[in-house]
Amino acid sequence: MNAAWAVCRRELLSYFATPVAYVFIVMFLVLASTFTFYLGNFYERGQADLAPFFTFHPWLYLFLVPALSMRLWAEERKSGSIELLVTLPLELWEAVLGKFLAAWAFTLLALALTFPIWVTVNYLGAPDNGAILAAYIGSGLMAGGFLAVGSCISATTKNQVIAFILSVVACFLLLLAGFPLVLDVFSGWAPQALVDAVASLSFLTHFQSISRGVIDFRDLVYFALLIAACLYANTIVLAIKRGD
Amino acid sequence: MIDCKGLTKQYGRLRAVDKLSFSVQSGEVLGFLGPNGAGKTTTMRIVAGFLPATAGTATVCGYDVETEGREARRRIGYLPEGAPSYPEMTPLAFLEFVADVRGLRGEERGRRLDEVIGLLHLESVLAQRIDTLSKGYRRRVGLAQAILHDPEVLILDEPTDGLDPNQKHEVRQLIGGMARSKIIVISTHMLEEVDAVCNRAIIIAHGRILADDTPQGLEARSRFHNAVTIKLGDPELVPAARDAIESLPEVESTELDDNTGRVTAFPASGKLPLAPIGELADSRRWELSELHLESGRLDEVFRTITGGASA
Repeated sequence: MNAAWAVCRRELLSYFATPVAYVFIVMFLVLASTFTFYLGNFYERGQADLAPFFTFHPWLYLFLVPALSMRLWAEERKSGSIELLVTLPLELWEAVLGKFLAAWAFTLLALALTFPIWVTVNYLGAPDNGAILAAYIGSGLMAGGFLAVGSCISATTKNQVIAFILSVVACFLLLLAGFPLVLDVFSGWAPQALVDAVASLSFLTHFQSISRGVIDFRDLVYFALLIAACLYANTIVLAIKRGD
Repeated sequence: MIDCKGLTKQYGRLRAVDKLSFSVQSGEVLGFLGPNGAGKTTTMRIVAGFLPATAGTATVCGYDVETEGREARRRIGYLPEGAPSYPEMTPLAFLEFVADVRGLRGEERGRRLDEVIGLLHLESVLAQRIDTLSKGYRRRVGLAQAILHDPEVLILDEPTDGLDPNQKHEVRQLIGGMARSKIIVISTHMLEEVDAVCNRAIIIAHGRILADDTPQGLEARSRFHNAVTIKLGDPELVPAARDAIESLPEVESTELDDNTGRVTAFPASGKLPLAPIGELADSRRWELSELHLESGRLDEVFRTITGGASA
């Protein structure tokens, strides 16, 4: 586990040693505010809640998180530093976990920096701060899910652009798994149980219930399982492809 | 000790390493020689735990690199080909990261960091980003990382590639200084490096071992081994001198290098022609500007053994 922490620390330091960190955080904050005020009509609604803010998070993450996750392994494989990393005395899963935690911590930092909107809504009215906290937790979990998917895909290629595009597509399908766009592919031929199973994978459905302030244990388990499964797959992909 | 048995690595239809078996004992400095694509890097990658072997086993200090990889890797210091590292980090942050993953703690961590930074003269670049460093410095950062935990086994893939002659000399001295207590495996294209640091050399091509000997043993296989090269002050005398030398029973044949005017006399098998040639030159009053005994030429042995093989 110490090795995983060392990997995590190194990775985090790397974000801030390059412009990646600053570009990501600034763009995240700018886009989150733009969506909230212009598309979400934050003021015009006249309600003291952050629904207009959280509604757009899945779409914001859809493009920003793969931009962060694409380099996790693809860059390491391209530059050859993966050879150095995996010949250190650590297990592959520790490296996978360390890198994921670093990316997640970084995303959570960006998310935490949106606190002025919370201050604003509390200044303007009396919102349900419990619901807002729940929504923040849900948003953080969803970001973790996107990152885990992106990390796994990043391990399959040396090319960051390919990793980005595949991650966006995979995340898009996962987001909309509960909607006709995806379900229609299955509903014609697959048994209802499979259609329901696919529908239950939808990020959006799980996020929407949390973002309304309802923390359902099943939603937490869903994100935890999704992250664990993706990181496990990530480890296997690396074990197979590390030398290619 | 390193012990490889029947090590094989297959890439699709290409067999990069073909049933390689060898073992290396403590105190040995083994030089891996071979043309490009011979399987040197692949073999080192398997032993270092980066690539899984298709067949065969490799153990390091008694630990199987595949099934007990972590224990094996604890005991190995590895410099991958091209000395990869993290370009956005500083050498200090990079070495601290490696120290952390290797589990170095407290006083020992500081002591080891100071020691390798001193040994590889990294003091002046510690706070500079690695991607702004020269190739030589990057290689030294890679070497520092490999010896940081004072490993029992060192695997160095082309450790002096890209270094200038002074740096090469320093790295070779460093390797020589560590050699007594460790197992060191280096791969190289530079044959003089084998002479300079190794006490054993394995020549491989097409994934197979073609020769396994001491550098001196390999030199002895050269047709230049015990040959004598002379240069006459008066070039007019060369044809007559060649005839006279060739008539000596200790000499098999002679060769004239047209560019330099040097004449090399190859010994008849098991004979030492140095003394007879010296006496001959004395009695005929040749004015010699050069007279020396050849120990053997590794590059020639290398070419003969590998048959000019390359991939």
